[in-house]
Amino acid sequence: AAPQGRLLCGPGLRRSGAGLLVTKCGLLRHRPAGGGAYWVDSQQKRYVPVKGDHVIGIVTAKAGDVFRLDVGGSEPASLSYLAFEGATKRNRPNVQVGDLIYGQFVVANKDMEPEMVCIDSSGKSSGMGIIGQDGFLFKVSLGLIRKLLAPKCEIIQELSQLYPFELVLGMNGRIWVKAKTVQQTLIIVNILEACEYMTAEQRRQALAKLSGN
Amino acid sequence: QVWQIRLDMHLLNHDGNITDAASIAGIVALCHFRRPDVSVQGEEVTVYTPEERDPVPLSIHHMPICVSFAFFHQGTYLLVDPTEREERVMDGLLVIAMNKHHEICTIQSSGVVMLLQDQILRCSKITAVKVGEITELIQKALENDQKARKEGGKFGFAESIPNQRITAFKMESAAVDTSDVEEQAGEIIAKADPPSEVFASPVLHTPGTAQIGEGIESSWGDLEESEKEEAAEEEGESEAAAFECEKVETEDTSTLKETKNEPIVLSDSEEEEVVILEPQELPRKTR
Repeated sequence: AAPQGRLLCGPGLRRSGAGLLVTKCGLLRHRPAGGGAYWVDSQQKRYVPVKGDHVIGIVTAKAGDVFRLDVGGSEPASLSYLAFEGATKRNRPNVQVGDLIYGQFVVANKDMEPEMVCIDSSGKSSGMGIIGQDGFLFKVSLGLIRKLLAPKCEIIQELSQLYPFELVLGMNGRIWVKAKTVQQTLIIVNILEACEYMTAEQRRQALAKLSGN
Repeated sequence: QVWQIRLDMHLLNHDGNITDAASIAGIVALCHFRRPDVSVQGEEVTVYTPEERDPVPLSIHHMPICVSFAFFHQGTYLLVDPTEREERVMDGLLVIAMNKHHEICTIQSSGVVMLLQDQILRCSKITAVKVGEITELIQKALENDQKARKEGGKFGFAESIPNQRITAFKMESAAVDTSDVEEQAGEIIAKADPPSEVFASPVLHTPGTAQIGEGIESSWGDLEESEKEEAAEEEGESEAAAFECEKVETEDTSTLKETKNEPIVLSDSEEEEVVILEPQELPRKTR
């Protein structure tokens, strides 16, 4: 018997007439919760801006009242200076070219230039804004980001046993890491990059070797 | 009527230096391509299908290959074929396209680095070597493919992936041999010039006397003598040293005059060697 409720057609699938078309290659996943959702779990490195995604952007230019950010998509995103918590016309945020910003998309479709904000719908920043000094930014595939963002991700729990560190994950494949020393930061960067191809067992071995040292 | 050919390049994955990879891919694709055979008789043009006549290759006169150089620290450091991370932090980029006959087809310089003539010449020499190797690789690959097709073996993109002949998603990072790093470092340190003499502070003129700064000439002649004698005794100096110290004391004024001309090293400086230029030593610049 078919489940009651609306069936959600997720990324990689498209409705055509009465049936569904697959638009990406990957594994078909199903979630029975709610009305049920189907989507295709595909692996790719190129990011396409999607409304609501939280991403890390790099400020490339300041054009009047608007910052231009490189988010890894086909076009630079725009971010108004008023879209920060507590920003007014007099009280401007201190954003320089080359800064890292963590924000979310409010407009992202194929017809328009994407627009970002650093506040949520109630006006609070909730973790978004300018990412601090130092740290290291690197790119990984989108699949790894989704794995890391899953609740109770093993990789992050095991890494936190190693050293304390700050971590920002952008859905555009960018990760920002900051630990106490440069060496620790680079070790975490290398482990996160290698997590893409390592099995859970290999990862635990590598971490055991590091924490033993 | 002419043939028109279009080359589309799809970037699947990269770790920097797309220019070089794309130039190699483009020229190989053009060399590998076969177009339908044509015969022209007067006004009549017959285009044969691949079944009727074997398609013919394009007439490629030469194979220009790009080689990129990344510069750091205003031209001090040079990296050939930079990776993605090196590209993000480089000062400037120099791209030289050359063919195997050592003819330069393109030179393009970008970024905020000023290059010297001999740097560019050196880069072009490196390019010549690299292009020779890459052209040889390309020729061999094209020959292998042609042989495989003639003998009926498997060929093409889909067949190359499982054999690891095309790096599909991941490339093994090159292992760096760090086994003898300590010895090499030791060698470098040993061969390097010993660091210049450190002017410790305070400046010791003779054993038992020390000078920190210039100071005003003391008017308490006797007291200073006894002070210094006491100091010398505390340090366990011999009487001879104490005697010398007295001698220095009497020649105080003359030594002071001398020391005024010498460079006086003050104690707080972090520099190992402080060189004070005399005015007459400076070269006179003519306008």
